[in-house]
Amino acid sequence: MKNEGSKIVKWLLIGISLLFAFLFLLLPLFTVISEALRNGWAAYKEAVTDEYTISAIWLTVEATVIAVLINTIFGLFAAWSVTKFYFRGKKLMTTMIDIPVTVSPIIAGLIFLLTFGRQSPIYPYLQAANIQIVFAVPGIVLATVFVTFPFISRELIPVLESQGTDEEEAAALMGASGLTIFRRVTFPHIKWAFLYGIVLCAARAMGEFGAVSVLSGHLRGKTNTLPLHVEILFNEFRYVPAFAVSSILVMMAVVILIIRSVVEYRGKGAE
Amino acid sequence: MKKAKSKRVIPGFGLSLGVTLSILSIVVLIPLVSLVIYTAQMDLGDIIETITRPRVLASFKVSFLTALTASLINAVMGVILAWVLVRYQFPGKRILDGMIELPFALPTAVAGISLTALTTDTGLIGSVFDKIGIKIAYTKIGITVALIFIGIPFVVRAVQPILEKLDSSYEEAAGMLGANRKKIFRKIILPEIFPAALTGFGLALGRCIGEYGSVVFIAGNMPYETEITPLIIMSELQEYDYASATAIALVMLIFSFAILFAVNLAQARNSRIINGGSK
Repeated sequence: MKNEGSKIVKWLLIGISLLFAFLFLLLPLFTVISEALRNGWAAYKEAVTDEYTISAIWLTVEATVIAVLINTIFGLFAAWSVTKFYFRGKKLMTTMIDIPVTVSPIIAGLIFLLTFGRQSPIYPYLQAANIQIVFAVPGIVLATVFVTFPFISRELIPVLESQGTDEEEAAALMGASGLTIFRRVTFPHIKWAFLYGIVLCAARAMGEFGAVSVLSGHLRGKTNTLPLHVEILFNEFRYVPAFAVSSILVMMAVVILIIRSVVEYRGKGAE
Repeated sequence: MKKAKSKRVIPGFGLSLGVTLSILSIVVLIPLVSLVIYTAQMDLGDIIETITRPRVLASFKVSFLTALTASLINAVMGVILAWVLVRYQFPGKRILDGMIELPFALPTAVAGISLTALTTDTGLIGSVFDKIGIKIAYTKIGITVALIFIGIPFVVRAVQPILEKLDSSYEEAAGMLGANRKKIFRKIILPEIFPAALTGFGLALGRCIGEYGSVVFIAGNMPYETEITPLIIMSELQEYDYASATAIALVMLIFSFAILFAVNLAQARNSRIINGGSK
């Protein structure tokens, strides 16, 4: 079957793919690192250990951890109710869950601005209770939760769906409690998908820019996440610090990609 | 009712549905409802006046054309990449497979400034193109480049599982019967992967239309020329003109939902292929 022609096609296609990956994926990564180190190590270290950078790192970590926690709780309960039970409106519910990833991040920011901002009907009550949501940390966290909302449930639902409900039913008939069934019967099946979802969720949460940008007050040291800090530095033409801060995010992205590959590889092996 | 109840042997229905609906309401439903309430208070004439401003109309055109171009390029490149990853063995294959997901993992702002640095007329790539008179950064080409970066994993990850399921015995049979490779691809492979490529194309298009972070840096943001719709919404918000921002956002939302609907149709066919005809 294999003749000269198909070999040429094969290496041509591989060549195109590798060239594309080099230009569009690898080169941008190298650019971040080389621009960050343009003025040497000392300048790099200074930018990375700057007090505003450090506070941006903490805010990013805070928003990411909360988003992962909330979406984990939501993902587990949502996947359990969608795949183990029949009820009316299930289709509508799964569509609603997917809405956050289909709207533009800017619109995500906008709807929270309309919900909690000055022209909202509940704004007077929030003020009376001294709760500040927009242009403050809670707004950033809410926006992050929103844009990553379906990331975990979306990984779990297909796995649970293909697994069916027989094992859980058998366990329930033998008298196992809900928690025991979940821990002993269901969870081993979804372990890898669950981890994969968490990784995806964390990746998107730490990098979210548009939605967070709408809801952040852009106060350095207060409501600035890492990506927003990058934007401010870049717009001030401080390129070396901008790329140095970006390099932190690049390292996080590479770590996430490696974890993802390992999780996927182990997950395939476990099947 | 009784029958429905007897089906629920597994415990935890009330609790899990309750938790799910509560979180769903706080995070998604209430904000969406507030958008609806806010829109209902707006005057239809004002909405139409806002969305037909020449600058807004120009931004729709820029956003749509660049997203469409990028997604078409991604549809072709995505199929090639998926094909190479599924069918061929070569050194570095696993690294390539892992790298496809980079645009999901790399924050969009970082991608944006990095692509900008690469493609300005002093950048590594930009200087080469500058010699032949093509400017990339701060033009529509730049926007398209950023969107290609953002959209590529959508197509690859949609097509890959379909190609993995595709039984190569049909291709072999067609080859035995004398069909050439072009014909095999057109008649056997393409019809199978087309819905998946379409799904990936739709997902990429939906994402690209709304993309903000990677585009603002490379676009230059010149009104009428390289100003995308999300940026217009952002500027309205910075001037606290929430009514105009909402009006423009509504147009984008309608468009995204139309894409989502089309994608769901294509996906229904995909899952039939993945799960086999019986399901």
